[in-house]
Amino acid sequence: MTDMPVGERRQLAPPAVDTGAFGWVRKNLFSSWGNGLTTIVLALAFGWLLSWFLHWALFTATFSAATGAECRGGGACWALIREKYRYIFFGSFPYEQHWRPLFAVIAMLAMLILSSDRRMWNKRLLLIWGVGSFVTFLLMFGQIHIPLGLILFVALAVGGLGMILRGTLGTAAEVNGWRALAAIGAVGLVLRLFGVLPSWSLAIAPLSYVETGLWGGLPVTLILATYGLLFAFPFGILLALGRRSNLPLIKGLCVGFIELIRGVPLISLLIMASVMLPLFLPSGTTIDKFLRAQVAVILFAGAYIAEVIRGGLQSLPKGQFEAADAMGLNYPQKTLLIILPQALRVVIPPLINTFIGFFKDTSLVLIIGIFDFLNTANQALVDPNWAGFPGEVYLFAAFVYFCFCFSMSRYSKHLEIELNKGTRR
Amino acid sequence: MANAAHAQELAKAPSVITLRGVNKWYGQFHVLSDINLDVKLGEKIVVCGPSGSGKSTLIRCINRLEEHQQGDIVVDGVTLSNDVKNIEAIRREVGMVFQSFNLFPHLTILENLTLAPIWVKKMPKKDAEEVAMGLLKRVRIPEQASKYPGQLSGGQQQRVAIARALCMRPKIMLFDEPTSALDPEMVKEVLDVMIELAREGMTMICVTHEMGFARAVADRVIFMDRGEIVEQNEPEEFFAHPKNERTKLFLGQILH
Repeated sequence: MTDMPVGERRQLAPPAVDTGAFGWVRKNLFSSWGNGLTTIVLALAFGWLLSWFLHWALFTATFSAATGAECRGGGACWALIREKYRYIFFGSFPYEQHWRPLFAVIAMLAMLILSSDRRMWNKRLLLIWGVGSFVTFLLMFGQIHIPLGLILFVALAVGGLGMILRGTLGTAAEVNGWRALAAIGAVGLVLRLFGVLPSWSLAIAPLSYVETGLWGGLPVTLILATYGLLFAFPFGILLALGRRSNLPLIKGLCVGFIELIRGVPLISLLIMASVMLPLFLPSGTTIDKFLRAQVAVILFAGAYIAEVIRGGLQSLPKGQFEAADAMGLNYPQKTLLIILPQALRVVIPPLINTFIGFFKDTSLVLIIGIFDFLNTANQALVDPNWAGFPGEVYLFAAFVYFCFCFSMSRYSKHLEIELNKGTRR
Repeated sequence: MANAAHAQELAKAPSVITLRGVNKWYGQFHVLSDINLDVKLGEKIVVCGPSGSGKSTLIRCINRLEEHQQGDIVVDGVTLSNDVKNIEAIRREVGMVFQSFNLFPHLTILENLTLAPIWVKKMPKKDAEEVAMGLLKRVRIPEQASKYPGQLSGGQQQRVAIARALCMRPKIMLFDEPTSALDPEMVKEVLDVMIELAREGMTMICVTHEMGFARAVADRVIFMDRGEIVEQNEPEEFFAHPKNERTKLFLGQILH
């Protein structure tokens, strides 16, 4: 007290009863007779449930057994999971080739984990996703055939994009490089169309071919969800921007699309893609069932994501648009530099909510006979030798889904804090 | 400022903004009626008037944040039309400062300043940062360059907003009630920056009720009411001998 400089207010420590573990317990659990009673009753109920679950899942459980009959009478039959886990994870993929979907899953997880780090959000992300996707699909298919036409088209598209994006920024040599690439693509494509260049495709075939009909389990769920959301996200952004457009035609198309897709169940869209689409295609052409499901998921998720993002766009004060306009930024600059970075930050929680929803909704593809993770788990129950233990299998499937969804949820929280560092308004 | 020599100089200077018979409606509401205005190069104009008189709308028409329906607006030789190229050309020459600052909260102060020079003028990042730091020194907050707008006081934010507009090296600056959203003790720091800018010869149109500022720098004060320019004069005359009844009433209310 005596050392205090003049004019400084004395800072007192809070009373001891309110701090520490004891203070917390007293304040939050036993602040009155009623609260104390509630705490005790709930703690007893929780303890009873927990002991029952541990008894069933651990103490009396069977961890290894030759058939389901040996499991009967005791607690949980984890032997069933042990017996069937490879089918649950990888479905009908050829048994001796199961290392391929395993490494495909690892490649995808690595890709997702790497891109969750904010320091990777630059050109490296393109590289990670390019290489990661190539590895994933090469492992799953075993062989990839890239037709010449597609290679030329990609050359044209990449060269053209390079010309547009780097036209004013790059050096003369760099811009000429992009021009040359685009020109090779364009000329080659024309020659290919007129039949001058032969039909040829680049074959990368280190492994045996496995068609999508045999894919199943976790890789299917991960591919449908990851690529579904990866493409649905930019698509949703375009829809959301289009819905706010001043041009009636664009606005009308976007509103129409969003309302139409949101107005029907995902199942009906999947059935349409699988049953009705082939009727409209010329006979002889088929589109892979898996691809059709993937496109249906993209369209469906796109409509939902668009509405979430629109919420973010509407939350921005009008002044942000005006300031960007007054500085002479054009529409793409304004959108990419000012509007979207702010709008997306606002909608991280509902956006991740939508992502989690769609991760689980992919299991609806079982309607059209695609074996995703939940569906393979379901199929594992069909074996008559192991009949009668649905609880264990569904609990296991639920646990795997929970791991993914809970990670997303934690990541959402982390991202919110990370992106709002220093920008509190 | 309003001495005879200066007035003569201004009379000879070329017009940078010309408004001829400008009319604008919000639905049925006639917000600007028959506005005619010439702004000379280097001239400082203060626009005042009761709220809803159309003064903000007037300056927002000049850089096309609002669209006028009749009449011509010529800025720096370019006639405003629906042509996006024209609008963008004008916006490069006209800086604007808003009542609510409108800094970009997700960018640092330095990034707020360099954004337009880099993307609109294609200036190399290094040069843009140099220009920006120079301007931050001029508005006396270079030490805040790496902070975010939310960490600054209102007065500091408004000074950043002025520096941001100046970063594009505009010929004309528009101020839309720049001190109305500020706490009283911060008004002066912003006005000081604006006075300094005026002394350096910037062409300015400023919507404000800061009559001290008008007396200090304005070449002309314009009084608007119900969408019309009611009276305009050099500040001494304007405050000492207002001619129109509406002007007298307004000045009586704000000057006490």
